[in-house]
Amino acid sequence: MSGDVYVLGIDMMKFGRYPEQTVPELGGQAALMALDDAGLTIDQVQALYCANLGQANAMVGQRILREIGQTGIPVVNCANACAAGATAFREAWISVKAGLYDIVLAVGVEQMGRGLLGGNRADGISTEGLLGSATMPAVFAEAGMEHARKHGTTFEQFARVSVKNHHHSTLNDRAMYQLETPLDTVMGAEMIAYPNTKLMCSVNVDGAAAAVLVSERKAKQLGMKRAVRVRASALTSDPWQERDLVMADVNTCTRNAATQAYEAASVGPEDLDLVELHDCFATAELLHYENLGLCPEGEAGAMIESDATALGGRIPVNVSGGLLSKGHPLGATGIANIYEIATHLRGEAGKRQVAGARLGLTHVLGLGSACAVHVLERVSP
Amino acid sequence: MSDVRTATVPRPAVPYLRIPPDADPYLVGTVCSRCAATFVGARKVCSRCGARGGMGTMALSNEGTLHTYSIVYRSFPGVSVPFVSAVVDLEGGGCLKGNLINVKPDPREITFGMPVEVVFRDAGRRDADGNAYLSYFFQPRTAGGGQAR
Repeated sequence: MSGDVYVLGIDMMKFGRYPEQTVPELGGQAALMALDDAGLTIDQVQALYCANLGQANAMVGQRILREIGQTGIPVVNCANACAAGATAFREAWISVKAGLYDIVLAVGVEQMGRGLLGGNRADGISTEGLLGSATMPAVFAEAGMEHARKHGTTFEQFARVSVKNHHHSTLNDRAMYQLETPLDTVMGAEMIAYPNTKLMCSVNVDGAAAAVLVSERKAKQLGMKRAVRVRASALTSDPWQERDLVMADVNTCTRNAATQAYEAASVGPEDLDLVELHDCFATAELLHYENLGLCPEGEAGAMIESDATALGGRIPVNVSGGLLSKGHPLGATGIANIYEIATHLRGEAGKRQVAGARLGLTHVLGLGSACAVHVLERVSP
Repeated sequence: MSDVRTATVPRPAVPYLRIPPDADPYLVGTVCSRCAATFVGARKVCSRCGARGGMGTMALSNEGTLHTYSIVYRSFPGVSVPFVSAVVDLEGGGCLKGNLINVKPDPREITFGMPVEVVFRDAGRRDADGNAYLSYFFQPRTAGGGQAR
């Protein structure tokens, strides 16, 4: 094992709708932004790890190199549901950690349609609405209702997550939306799958984000000033649970990944200054407060009410606006939330800067299930 | 499949629904002889303990309790809404997702842990060749515990 791995350059494009651009164009744009941020060029990159779901069988990473420089380096294309971006980042991290490369690039990119994700197509008849629902809003509603069953969590508490995250993104010009959504607006929006209203569902957007990861040796050589240290990287799948064939377990794999990441980084949740977690639906955010140890068991509802997770609170969560308001381009999300944490650790987050941020955590959850957690640390004093 | 009778017998909506010619339909599951984990449908290996070759077939119970649910208002085109998407724990093992029927789609009318029963009905939709399908549904359990049909 070599030394630590550092994020030297990282960036994301503004999330939005770019139907006139191709997936490789979007990914290439983010890759160049990250290289510029690191002060490097594509000729210096030794491997590319690329995340995308919509064109997972179509060599997106190689097509990105056709846009920005075909240098002949190895390319690995990753699909891992909504954890794809973080998985590509982690594979890049592993390759440097193993001592194989000094400079690698991780890119996440997605071009999304609009409307519902999920649902199933049987050979005979569609079972959506016959055997319950497999749409994402319903699946995460059911996970939220399981929390409501155990802890009495209310529709209003879930809705407060959306109020907070939409407010946060008014301070983030890279986010899809800069719109305040008061509680009555969130609760009164079209009901999609109770208790998730439309404003409690993440936004389908196009987007791309990229990161340049380097070895300690290379970081020292190129300059540590804006480098961000990767303190831990954990990836889990869901261990057996009685219900998991009909109800994907999003909790246990998150708890396991968090435990592994805290152990590897020798830190606890109380040491974190901010968190970007997988708020694909408002219901999900509250589950993950407890899964990541940000609050004791059963207290997530009270935690959102206390404003502890709002900017200025004890442990700000999803200051970027989160998937709910920044947007959720599936393959890009896992790198975009690392960008958000890195930006705060560098002290470059402007109006939404978490003051004095030194340690941050990112979490993504791919249903089915894959969970990735990264702990990132500021290097400069 | 040339038998004329088969044209009138509905097909199962899921592979783990059995429709015997002379008995009530039922759902089939698997139990592991090593760790006693239960599964809906057939399988050869236990995904809980990894045991191979020790899986036995079991009929799943038609009674269970509501674990969690969502009331779905927006679905794909052609799917009638609202409906209650329910996750039900069956007595004796097995967990199923399905529509909870004969209940008002209102959180005030639905209680976690409420006793439900599995009933079998026409799926109400046909495949491209016009075949009918039998599916399972959940409904609140009646006081007598009998299976309302």
